[in-house]
Amino acid sequence: MLKDRTAIAGIGETTFGKLLPSSEERLACEAILAALDDAGIAPREVDGLCSYTMETTDATEIARNIGAGDVTFFSQIGYGGGAGAATVGHAAMAVAGGQAKVVVAWRARKRSARSARIWASAAESVAVTGRWSRPWGLLRPVDEIAMLARRYMHEYAITRDALAEVVLAVRAHANRNPRAAMYHRALTREEYMSARWVSEPLCLFDCCLETDGALAAVVVSSDRARDCRRSPVYIHAFEQAMPRQIFAMTNYFCEDPLRTPSSVAGKLLWRDSDFTPADVKVAQIYDAFSPLILFALEGFGLCGRGEAGDFVRGGKLRWDGGGVAVNTSGGSLSEAYVHGFNMITEAVRQMRGTSTSQVDGAQCCLVASADCVPSGALLLRR
Amino acid sequence: MTVPNWAGEDEVGFWEGVERGELRIQSCARCKRLRFPPRPFCPWCQSPDCAWQPMSGRGTLWSYAIVHPPLVAPFAELAPYNVIVVALQEDPHIRIVGNLVTDAQGAINEVKAQQIRIGAQVEVVFGEGPGGLRLPRWRYAAHRSGD
Ligand SMILES: [Zn+2]
Repeated sequence: MLKDRTAIAGIGETTFGKLLPSSEERLACEAILAALDDAGIAPREVDGLCSYTMETTDATEIARNIGAGDVTFFSQIGYGGGAGAATVGHAAMAVAGGQAKVVVAWRARKRSARSARIWASAAESVAVTGRWSRPWGLLRPVDEIAMLARRYMHEYAITRDALAEVVLAVRAHANRNPRAAMYHRALTREEYMSARWVSEPLCLFDCCLETDGALAAVVVSSDRARDCRRSPVYIHAFEQAMPRQIFAMTNYFCEDPLRTPSSVAGKLLWRDSDFTPADVKVAQIYDAFSPLILFALEGFGLCGRGEAGDFVRGGKLRWDGGGVAVNTSGGSLSEAYVHGFNMITEAVRQMRGTSTSQVDGAQCCLVASADCVPSGALLLRR
Repeated sequence: MTVPNWAGEDEVGFWEGVERGELRIQSCARCKRLRFPPRPFCPWCQSPDCAWQPMSGRGTLWSYAIVHPPLVAPFAELAPYNVIVVALQEDPHIRIVGNLVTDAQGAINEVKAQQIRIGAQVEVVFGEGPGGLRLPRWRYAAHRSGD
């Protein structure tokens, strides 16, 4: 069992923005060095590297730049936003299993580059993925999620009010976080309801930002973490889930399309944890699109299946709402979209007590990666 | 040429059906279960042997999205347009993406959001999509009497 044997000792991130001048290589190294500095661990001690398959910078370049030692564990996780939690989870397994002692996990992304959006080239995207959806005009990730969201809303009589609750709560958190892209931009329910459609039932505010930036975390043994500069944030549980017969993004073809990765990971997470869903006062849930938060709230058992619409009502996702505070830094919707790695760094801040929307008395924090592709989840504790 | 040049070897049977005006779904030669999208092995009994089964072309509208800009050509000029998912009558777990149209050659933006109902009965028609590819498309089954 992984339980509490490893910890996140440091986190780091670059500034977030649109069209940052730095390369992804430079951004990645900045974030990793910042995370090592946060932990008080010398770069030469790094012997493990874990990132996303979508990284454009080769791991050897990262290792040479930061001045890592001999690296004895290196891995990459697939599925874009599904990879976040697993970069830290694999690092934890590597440390717990003795493969490495200091593993850095990171994501660097220049989202604003038009070339980063594969759907922008329709011909290419039919050839690569989506051949059972793109010929009919289901072109972008938002269209693929809109289809699933519409079915979900139909099955459980959930209205746009639930999506508005999600979006407004996450925006309210961004309004308290000076690092968030939407720090100065308040959003009202009326503005949400009258926003332009992108793919009905999803409007502009249901979609994440486009951001350049990088983030990193340092994973070491819990013993080592207790000697580091910051108080350790323990990796209490970690799961991955690729549900049977899943189809990434366009998950319409299996028996139960709403049996999402979080519902599979959720069962395992509580099996492997000393906590229960009732202990979760704060969660960081991948939110490229707002319905994914509703799916994950249900999948992780924070409410029953089909009950998320009621669960989120009345500001229950806000940091001071007395429910489950979700995406307390502003998430992908309002802080930065960096393939969900900011879910991890914000969870660490919550466990350290340094969030700009700190949730009182939270003993653990759920981190859930993208609930529409093979994905993963972490339960961190202080 | 109806079979798109990007169709894999396990997908050709589907597109050959489209060419003939038949909605064909891959079925296992051993256990007879249907599977979609096509693939080399039966996930239920692991047999590599398959056959292409013609469907009735009837189904139920399972979900839909109304797609708005920004979009790329040739879809951009048609927005907003509908995309639907249909659950087939033969096995409701077999679902296929399509468009709701008024007739085989109809445009994908003719049927508007307020005319689309989840649970409605639909039937397949075959016509060219915006990309010039012949595709299975769907119309409300009530139109059948006008054939
Ligand atoms: Zn079979």
